[in-house]
Amino acid sequence: MNKLEQAKDYSPSVKAARKQSSSDSSFLILRSSSLFSTYRRRLALIGLSLLVLAVVLVGCVTFGSVAVPFGTTLKIVWNHTFGLIWSLPVDYTTGSDTIIWQIRLPRLCLAACVGAGLAGAGTLYQGLFRNPLADPYLVGVAQGAALGAVSAIVLPLPAFIIGAGAVQWGAFIGAIIAVGLVYNLARVGGEIRTATLLLAGVAIGSLGAAMTTLLTYLHNDKLATIYGWLLGGFNAAGGWDNVGMIVPYLTIGIVLSVATGRRLNVLQMGEEQAAQLGVNVALLKPLLIIAATLMAAAAVSVSGLIGFVGLVVPHLVRMLTGQDYRLLLPLSLIWGGIFMVMCDAFARTMISPAELPVSIITAFLGGPFFIYIMRRKKKVQE
Amino acid sequence: MSAFLTVNQLKAGYADRLVLSGLSLEVQPGELLGVIGPNGCGKSTLIKAVSGVLKPRSGQVLLEGRDLLRMKAEERARLVGVVAQNPSLPPAFTAAEVVMFGRTPHLKAFQQEGPDDWCIVQQAMEAAACWDMAGRPVGELSGGERQRVLFALALAQQPRLLLLDEPTTYLDINYQVGMMDIAAEWLRAGLTRGVLAIFHDLNLAAQYCNRLALLSKGQLLALGNPHEVLTTENILQAYGASVLVAPHPGNGLPTTFILPGNHSTHLPR
Repeated sequence: MNKLEQAKDYSPSVKAARKQSSSDSSFLILRSSSLFSTYRRRLALIGLSLLVLAVVLVGCVTFGSVAVPFGTTLKIVWNHTFGLIWSLPVDYTTGSDTIIWQIRLPRLCLAACVGAGLAGAGTLYQGLFRNPLADPYLVGVAQGAALGAVSAIVLPLPAFIIGAGAVQWGAFIGAIIAVGLVYNLARVGGEIRTATLLLAGVAIGSLGAAMTTLLTYLHNDKLATIYGWLLGGFNAAGGWDNVGMIVPYLTIGIVLSVATGRRLNVLQMGEEQAAQLGVNVALLKPLLIIAATLMAAAAVSVSGLIGFVGLVVPHLVRMLTGQDYRLLLPLSLIWGGIFMVMCDAFARTMISPAELPVSIITAFLGGPFFIYIMRRKKKVQE
Repeated sequence: MSAFLTVNQLKAGYADRLVLSGLSLEVQPGELLGVIGPNGCGKSTLIKAVSGVLKPRSGQVLLEGRDLLRMKAEERARLVGVVAQNPSLPPAFTAAEVVMFGRTPHLKAFQQEGPDDWCIVQQAMEAAACWDMAGRPVGELSGGERQRVLFALALAQQPRLLLLDEPTTYLDINYQVGMMDIAAEWLRAGLTRGVLAIFHDLNLAAQYCNRLALLSKGQLLALGNPHEVLTTENILQAYGASVLVAPHPGNGLPTTFILPGNHSTHLPR
């Protein structure tokens, strides 16, 4: 009874306070003017973003150097997914089928997954270290992955191992080893200090980069292959296999981001205060570092070094929707995917039939957009 | 067993330095116990040890007979709230969202906050006189407003024991009185069952606490009512400063007056 009365009493005053507050902090529709970031609002924004992702994916799958009608594309996708239950008549050529199902779609899905992985990892690192400059490459992921991949390229491995994705696995394992080293260096008396972690990241990163350079220098006959991997992209992507490689790690990241969002919010008050609020910081930190690293390493292993996405997508989302990690994490995952799919579409069409490395596009498209949003936000705040 | 909070032979410190060397004290039910002492005497270490941030080397901390040191962080956070000295506040969150952080120990991992939690947040903010700034980002708030939001945050935890770590540092006198009035009022209203507060300002401590604990070098130097604790000898011994102590003209409570030029040449650690 008492609770009910309180609840009734609560709603009008919230509305009043909402009215008061909406005037000073509503420069964008997305920015919440309500007192509490509600579950429903979060679901709506996530749903909306997923819809945008779907539209972008459908748009990009029809769009390419060989024209395949939109209806045919849908039919092909249907027959490959729900075809066992009820297949549609095959009135298209096997060529179209191959283009859509074997070439375009796996590449788009891979781009979406890589973008999501990098942006998700970036968001987690930024939140964990409470440092806006943190990105997936800060703790040694990139340098470790590069060393692993380059080692796999230059080592005289038997063909069947190379065929089984030695370069990808080399990159993945290299990244995990590098972060593992950084993490162990940063452990002082059972506790991970953020400053130590970042310094260890720089040290291990430089070491990895030096070893990569040495290997490249000693094996300049394979320079083109090495350089191609380092530039990053999806052109050498191995169909659905690479998508399969990244999806499990992405799933871990998604589950964790949903489960720990509130705790990550509280962590923004500092570790001591978070502990006093009941957050098990000693468990949360390593858990999130592992999750972020798995996502970043999986993304890097199948795409090479694509910069910018992991740093900037979380910031863009943060500027538009605020700091709540329960919204920020899922939206960064989705918009990371959208951003990467669009960049890849530009990369393969701008100088068609040749392709540009996608890492160039991410910086070319993302940079000015980022500056625009930053300027606009500054103006509103003044 | 009758005490509300019992600290028994507590030893705590940092890597190579023992700060609290066997401290024992008790907070009675409904009491606001003031802890005073010079810099480095172990006041903040006491708060850290009781709130579970710092693991003590030995000793016991019992809250209503339950061992606080053997609890999980979450369980402890449902019983003990802390108003820290100057924590960082994530600037883009609204004041209400920050106060909602206080509900963390009461919510399960996947549970969403509900109307009950909103009610508690509103009540906490009204009790801390900051409900009118609920919708504003905390990055825009002034020092006094921030402190009120932090009080509301601790209250939203619905703690049995409230720990105040120099809650009025950086505040103007009006806010100092306001904050302490809030804490005293919460105790009277039964919103929290006991308060352990660290004071920098001896006069503020004398005005608000029936009992004071004076710490020096990690140990209890004096414990009792303000008249017993705030003597020139005690203050000289603990702080190394010669002061005058005279009754407050309004209510007769001991008031400390500093004497310029009269500090010990060997400043205490």
